[in-house]
Amino acid sequence: MKKIFLLIVVLSISGITSAQGKYFTRDGHIDFFSSTSVEDIKANNNKVTCILDAETGNIEFAVLMKAFEFKKALMEEHFNENYVESEKYPKSKFKGNIQNIDDIDFSKDGSYEVDVVGQLMIHGETNDVSAKGTINITEGNVKVFSEFQIVLEDYKIEIPGVVEDKIAKALLITIDATMKPFNR
Amino acid sequence: MKIKTLFVSLIFLFFSGFTFAQDEEGSLLDLLEEEEVTTYASASFKTTLVVNLPSIENTHAGVLDFKIMHRFGYLNTGFYDLFGLDQATTRLAFVYGITDKIEVGFGRSTLNKNWDGFTKWRILWQSSGTKNMPVSLSLFANASYRSINYPDDDIRTIYPSSNFYYTFQALIARKFNENLTLQLMPSMVHRNLIDYPEEKNDVYSLGFSGRVKLSNRVSLNLEYFYSFPNQLASDIVNPLSIGVDLETGGHVFQLLLTNATGMVPDAVITETTGKWSKGDIRFGFNISRVFTIVDMEKQKVRKEKRKNS
Repeated sequence: MKKIFLLIVVLSISGITSAQGKYFTRDGHIDFFSSTSVEDIKANNNKVTCILDAETGNIEFAVLMKAFEFKKALMEEHFNENYVESEKYPKSKFKGNIQNIDDIDFSKDGSYEVDVVGQLMIHGETNDVSAKGTINITEGNVKVFSEFQIVLEDYKIEIPGVVEDKIAKALLITIDATMKPFNR
Repeated sequence: MKIKTLFVSLIFLFFSGFTFAQDEEGSLLDLLEEEEVTTYASASFKTTLVVNLPSIENTHAGVLDFKIMHRFGYLNTGFYDLFGLDQATTRLAFVYGITDKIEVGFGRSTLNKNWDGFTKWRILWQSSGTKNMPVSLSLFANASYRSINYPDDDIRTIYPSSNFYYTFQALIARKFNENLTLQLMPSMVHRNLIDYPEEKNDVYSLGFSGRVKLSNRVSLNLEYFYSFPNQLASDIVNPLSIGVDLETGGHVFQLLLTNATGMVPDAVITETTGKWSKGDIRFGFNISRVFTIVDMEKQKVRKEKRKNS
C-alpha cells in the first residue's frame, strides 16, 4: 500500500515537472494590415491563444476569426461573412517550431532573434510559412514578436473585382504576445 | 478488494495524465482547455430590408444607411409602357444606428407624398456558446403621414390626423445555418381613416420572410404577408415579393419583383391590389449605401470614457 502511495506521489510530481518549461497566453495580439493606394485596412485581435514549449521549441497559435476588430462595422461583417467565412472556419492556427531554441536561456532576462518555421492554417487552407521574430524574456515571462506577410490567394480568400483596388493581395501580419509560465 | 481496485484505477488515471503530458506529437494547444465563447448570429440578411419590409438586421452603431427604393409599373402593361418602366414610384430613406441594437430613420415616398419615421429595437440576439439563444427578436414601429391633398367630400371632413398610419411589428428570426434564415412577423397596422365601414381600423397580419444565400455576395429573398380575413376591402390582396440581393462592399443592390405599390409598411400590408396571377407584378430595386459616421475605434474610446466618468 505504501509503495502504491509513493508511486502515485512520484507520478503526479513527474507529471507536473514535465509540464514545466511551457509558456502560454490567451490574450495575445495579432493584427493584419492591408495597404493600397485607395484604402488602408487594419484589424486587431486581442484574444489570441499561444503556447510555447521551451524544451522543444514548438510553438502554436489559435486565432478566433470573429474576434478581429475593424474600424468599420461593415468591414468586420464582410470579413467574417465573405472573405474568411468565419462560420465555416472559425479558427486559424499556426503550428511551428523555433529553430534556434537552444540559444535561448529562459532562466534570465534577455532578447533573442529567432527563426520560426511551421504551418499556418487560415480559411481551411494550410501553407508552410517561415518568419523571423524576437523573443524577450522578462521576469520569467516570454514575449514573442514577429512580422510576416501572407498572400491571400494561398489561402483561397477571394477578392471580387469591385473591391480589387481596395484590398492588398498580400497582408502584413504582426504577432505580439506575452506568455506566462504554464502550470497544469 | 475494493480499495485495491480504487487504487489501480487511480494509478491508471495518473498514468494516462502522465502520458498525455509527455505526448509531444499532438497539439500543444490541446493542453489548454477550450475557452467557451458566445457567438452571436450576424449577417442573417444582407441589409435591413428583406424586400419591402424590415429584416432582423440593424444598421450598425454609428453607421448611416441611405436607401433609394424604386418601383416600376406592372409588367403586364406591355410594350406601350415598356413593361412598366415608363412609370415609377420612389422612396428615399435614411437610417442611422444609434447602437448596434437601436436604429431610427425616416423616409419620403412619392406615392401619397408620404413621410414616414421608424425605429427598430433588438430585444433578443440569437447566439450559441456560453449564452444560448435560439432566435433573434426585434420590435419595429413606423408612423407614416400622407401629405397629399385629399379634397373634402360631402360625407366627412379630412383632418390632419386622418392621414396618419401606424405599423407595429415583432420580428422573430432564426439563422438556421450560413445559408438559410427564416423570419416570422406578427404585425398590426392602425389606420386612422378607412374608406368603407366594413373595413377595420386595426389590421392584423402575419408575415413570413426568408433568405437563401446563393453565394457569399448573392442571396435570394422572399417576403409574404397574410392578413387575417374580414379586415380589408375586397380588392386588397396579400403582398408577395421576391428579391435578389447583390452585395458589393459598401452597397447592397436588391432587385425584386412584387405586387405591392407602396414601400411603407402600412401601404404594403393593407393597400396591395396587384394580383400575381394576372401579371400585376412590378419590377423594382432598392439600393443601400452605408456611410460610417462614427467608426468603431471612436465608439470604443467613448464607451471607455463613459465608464470612467
